[in-house]
Amino acid sequence: MTPRLLRWLIPLSAVPVLALLAYGFRVNPREAPSPLVGRPAAVFALQTFEGAPLALEAQRGKVVVLNFWASWCYPACYEEAPVLERNWRAYRDRGVVVIGVDIQDTPEAARKFVRDFSLSFPNARDTTGRVSVDYGVYGVPETFFIDRRGRIRAKHVGGVTDETFRTNVETLLAEPTG
Amino acid sequence: MIPELGSAAAIVALALALWGAAAAAAGAGTGRPALVLSAQHAALGVFVLVTACFALLSYAFLAFDFSVRYVAINTNLGTPFYYRITGVWGALEGSIILWTWLLALYTLVVILRHRESARELYPWVLAVMLSVMAFFLLVITVAAPPFARLTPAPADGRGLNPLLEDTGMITHPVALYLGFTGVTVPFAFALAALITGRVGDAWITLTRRWTIVAWYFLSLGLLIGGWWSYHVLGWGGYWAWDPVENAAFMPWLTATAFLHSVMVQERRRMLKLWNLALVILTFGLTLFGTFLTRSGVIASVHAFTQGTIGAFFLGFLALVLLTALGLLAWRWDALGAQGELDSVVSRESAFLLNNVLLVAAAFTVFFGTVFPLLAEAVRGVKVSVGAPFFNQVNVPLFLALIFLMGVGPLIAWRRASPDNLRRNFLWPVAAGVAAAAFFWALGVRSALAVLTLTLTVFVAATIAVDFSRATRARLRTGERLLPAMGGLLRRHNRRYGGFVVHLGVLLVTLGVTGSQAWSVQTETTLRRGEHAELAGYRVRFDGLSASEESNHFKVAGAFTVSNGRVLGVLRPAKKFYPQEQSPIAGVDYRLGLREDVYLVLGDFARDGSHATVKLQVNRLVSWIWIGGVVLTLGAGLAILPERKKPA
Repeated sequence: MTPRLLRWLIPLSAVPVLALLAYGFRVNPREAPSPLVGRPAAVFALQTFEGAPLALEAQRGKVVVLNFWASWCYPACYEEAPVLERNWRAYRDRGVVVIGVDIQDTPEAARKFVRDFSLSFPNARDTTGRVSVDYGVYGVPETFFIDRRGRIRAKHVGGVTDETFRTNVETLLAEPTG
Repeated sequence: MIPELGSAAAIVALALALWGAAAAAAGAGTGRPALVLSAQHAALGVFVLVTACFALLSYAFLAFDFSVRYVAINTNLGTPFYYRITGVWGALEGSIILWTWLLALYTLVVILRHRESARELYPWVLAVMLSVMAFFLLVITVAAPPFARLTPAPADGRGLNPLLEDTGMITHPVALYLGFTGVTVPFAFALAALITGRVGDAWITLTRRWTIVAWYFLSLGLLIGGWWSYHVLGWGGYWAWDPVENAAFMPWLTATAFLHSVMVQERRRMLKLWNLALVILTFGLTLFGTFLTRSGVIASVHAFTQGTIGAFFLGFLALVLLTALGLLAWRWDALGAQGELDSVVSRESAFLLNNVLLVAAAFTVFFGTVFPLLAEAVRGVKVSVGAPFFNQVNVPLFLALIFLMGVGPLIAWRRASPDNLRRNFLWPVAAGVAAAAFFWALGVRSALAVLTLTLTVFVAATIAVDFSRATRARLRTGERLLPAMGGLLRRHNRRYGGFVVHLGVLLVTLGVTGSQAWSVQTETTLRRGEHAELAGYRVRFDGLSASEESNHFKVAGAFTVSNGRVLGVLRPAKKFYPQEQSPIAGVDYRLGLREDVYLVLGDFARDGSHATVKLQVNRLVSWIWIGGVVLTLGAGLAILPERKKPA
């Protein structure tokens, strides 16, 4: 290569670095690696805000989207609440159930949150904090996708989007039953 | 209404910046002053509008307007007044506003100072600065709108990240951003020089003080960041090689290299290409730093926010690097050196080596920071690079740099004669050797510590030799001692400002060496009335107290510290914020020139019968902060206008 052309190597040298940084976008830091993925989901029995019993075991055979939230969690919980409600309505007839677990919250603020967003899927308070400890919840919101056989298959940190919901749920629905 | 006004102001400012950039460039190309004047007015308008954005956002914070998403996230009804103001730049959206505002401020000062003094370069400088401004305004209007609404509006907000509730957070981001945005000025001049082909010394002479200002604020930002880390995070350290710290450190390294290499160009007409490349690199690294902090691409304790912002910054970084380096390649033929290196033993080569070492340090930090990404791209594994790597690679580089700090300012230009070397370095070398013997006799057995202290004494001695010789020369003309010294500092403010900065760096080195080599710590559980001992200190646990603060619940321990006599009561605490899962440590300490006593509260019994405490005695850390003050004085001295020498 002649020296005249060689000089253009200067700007070209930036290209691989930029490419590497661009690659960074393909890595999703929200797909948190969790030792729980692949393990059976810890069972729990809580009471919904309406007073009905809510047990994970009772949902066996369904795909469960288990969402941990709190009323003070802005903005992520505020942004994902409508997403969860919308997708729950869309998928409930296909054997999918969304369960909301409210943690570290006051009952009044939590009820107001459920009312404000007209949440119709079962929501319960984790009054003792045991469920969040069992699931290793680090911060809200966190969402676990549980398959029909009751195993945790994915963990999502941060607000759930339509796309996250659909991709994970469709994958689990596509698996053969039984 | 207020948020809508803010959004509108940002959009108009964006339009003005775009117009200004285009008009300035067109004005420069066609030589029509009216267009440049119009660009100038646009820049003024941008400044006013960005100021308005900043004021409106601050107002939303003070008025607890939780219908603004950004306000709801970063404040709540319990947030104290001061932190409602600093909360404005407590997260991404607001810090971009602060950044843009500072950039607008710099642009204004550039207009005031240089519209007459740099006629050929000025229109292009304006065009570049307004283009950079347009980018940040684009981020404000599209990628990270600070005035976005939140519906339904919550009754109370989440609150600022508790770690940011500290006075250090008032000043640290401001200083750092003044440094980051300040780099834009020399960068704009460098691009203007490349575009116009005036790649001589004019742009360097014009930007010399700008570079010192930017460098100074970067240094200050880093030091305040260290102080914040030391007295807030509660792990007893001030630097962790976290990606975000590295992000601020890399441009500092290349800016430091640039400050030194410009002297070679001024003196010897060498390194033109290198200097331009360094400025471009430094500016690129400030963007890279923001990309790193805000994209979430690399995991970091600091990277709170994520979103499309990363793509914006990466795109702009690509545009900047490809354009600027492309211009560099285009002007290649004009960038040859007029002088040449006469001897290896000369000031030029000392500066050259200094540059190589600084850039090497910047490269290793860069490599270590992006390595996790590289590993995942190439081998698909997740790895993390920790402090050991950075320390191992950088410590030798910095030792060599300290050595050069002694050699560079005194060795002769072109070719150092044996006489020059003897005259300047005999005493400093002797002082260094004596210091080594002294520390050894004192019982210092860490080779690294002895070496560092020896070099520190050597460099300090070179400064003393130079200053006393120059003072004596003035005394011979009949001046008295103090006026002679003062006159020297004032007349040769650039040289002695540099020396004072070097002294500041030596003090920082002393603090880092001392804290690394001699700090001790222990962790123990104490019943009430029991005591622990460490390094001659006795710490007695006197009990716990709980209090309800405006936005958190605080449990504090009382520990009486004594070393023969009672020194005082320290009250390390744990703070429970409703929005945080785990409590935040509130450390307490007693600072001293020799050592700090530093307490962190661990677990405790609710009835106050016993508590676990981490007790540290950190050696010489205060000298880091003192070094920062000295550095400030030196930088201040160096940017004073140079006095015309009497004819």
